[in-house]
Amino acid sequence: MKKKYSIFSIAKNALKGHKDWPKMWRSPEPREFYDVIIIGGGGHGLGTAYYLAKEHGLKNIAVIEKGWLGGGNTGRNTTIIRSNYLWDDSAHLYEHSLKLWENLSTELNYNVMFSQRGVMNLAHNEHDIKEIKRRVSANNLNGIDSIWLSKEEIQKKVPIMNTDNLRYPVLGASYQPRGGTARHDAVAWGFAMRADEMGVDIIQNCEAHQIKTKNGKIEGVETSKGFIRANKVGVVASGHTGVLAETAGIRLPLQSKPLQALVSEPIKPIIDTVVMSSAVHAYVSQSDKGELVIGAGTDSYNSFTQRGGFNIIEETVRAMVELYPVFGKMKMLRQWGGIVDICPDASPIISKCDVEGLFFNCGWGTGGFKATPGSANVFAHTIAKNEAHQINSAFNLDRFASGKLVDEHGAAAVAH
Amino acid sequence: MLIIDCPYCGPRDQSEFSNGGEAHVKRPDGSAEIGDREWGEYVFIRANPKGIFYERWVHSHGCRKWFNCVRDTSTDEILKIYKIDEERPKLDSFKNNVKTPSGEPNLGSGNFTVKK
Repeated sequence: MKKKYSIFSIAKNALKGHKDWPKMWRSPEPREFYDVIIIGGGGHGLGTAYYLAKEHGLKNIAVIEKGWLGGGNTGRNTTIIRSNYLWDDSAHLYEHSLKLWENLSTELNYNVMFSQRGVMNLAHNEHDIKEIKRRVSANNLNGIDSIWLSKEEIQKKVPIMNTDNLRYPVLGASYQPRGGTARHDAVAWGFAMRADEMGVDIIQNCEAHQIKTKNGKIEGVETSKGFIRANKVGVVASGHTGVLAETAGIRLPLQSKPLQALVSEPIKPIIDTVVMSSAVHAYVSQSDKGELVIGAGTDSYNSFTQRGGFNIIEETVRAMVELYPVFGKMKMLRQWGGIVDICPDASPIISKCDVEGLFFNCGWGTGGFKATPGSANVFAHTIAKNEAHQINSAFNLDRFASGKLVDEHGAAAVAH
Repeated sequence: MLIIDCPYCGPRDQSEFSNGGEAHVKRPDGSAEIGDREWGEYVFIRANPKGIFYERWVHSHGCRKWFNCVRDTSTDEILKIYKIDEERPKLDSFKNNVKTPSGEPNLGSGNFTVKK
């Protein structure tokens, strides 16, 4: 039955003490065979199952997840959404996603709390100014809203920012008004609920152990709940995609590293946009609860520890306090790390591979959340049609042989 | 944060070092003859295991010498450090804490120092 949420259902359930809300999705045992198995129950994986069922009419789909839905990087990011990438290929991919974000709450009838509060990328030196102005122009040529802000305009938007009295003064910024933030769990839950309604089996606590292939074709997935046969398998396991690919004998150009974030104690509204700085490495937004959500960097070494080094936190907090002296005495509440899979060109891989029926959606590195609906949408197309959508055709695995990379190190918020 | 035992200077804070990625990567022979794909693999693809990993470090803010290291990427425990010209220690001389390729170790990062 289609679950509808409205102000009336909230009022009705409030009177009953919120005890009778229906389960948002079933918890089925895996069947023996599926047309498509998606490995990874984060936003990208659940979204892929949703679009496979909705736009490509596939019914026999499973999403298998080692832990719980959205418990990986979907629940660990800083929820920033923007599409101001330099190259045409990336701009089209992230803009496709942003357009889907703009209608996602309505489409899913589930509030993903998408808030278009604008995203600012600061320039701290001459080279930053040139590079960011070039990016603003490139964005405009691709029909993406992006403007250059002077220092005075930044001061007006974010009065608490210290623009002058710091080692790397703020000289200007790019600004994308349609960018913003969203509630990360809600995206996973919304996609999960609607995919479940269309018959997708969402199987949690089911760890993929081995991707099995035979004569260059996919056979299925060996899991902690037994072997499941499949015609097609899509791997969307972020930091663990590389180790899963290895079980099928495929080496991917990925390196897994912890990326850290932290949140402060909640305070009254003080910053109503998202401010990012790649050069001094601090980015911040304020959640609806009032916490400052702060993004830090990646460690220099490979690791799967979901923790990260303290020096990374120190560097970020140092930059934060310099940029916003008013935050100097705040307490930080929580810190965590997520394992991100970084590609040599800081662009994702949404591609088929040498094994027939095996597909990868990975390499999102430090910035995959913003792409959730767009990535899921084109990955579903790639799996259903056995060929890339026009939007993800550049993000294939062949580019690491041809050399036609999509180098987005400049547009990535985290220098890596 | 790691404490790394530089084979030339002794134990120092990780902030003195820079990571050099996978160790023992060999440039393929006959680079004029090999295809784009093989060359691409050499340029772009590096091992990325969850578990035992052979890697390089350089003591950038110390002796500036390179050396090799075996580290468990599931716990960050440093298992062995050896000089660049020493032989690569055998994989089966280390215990793998991860039972499945993407499984979790019993003890997480840093905990082995107090619970071992």
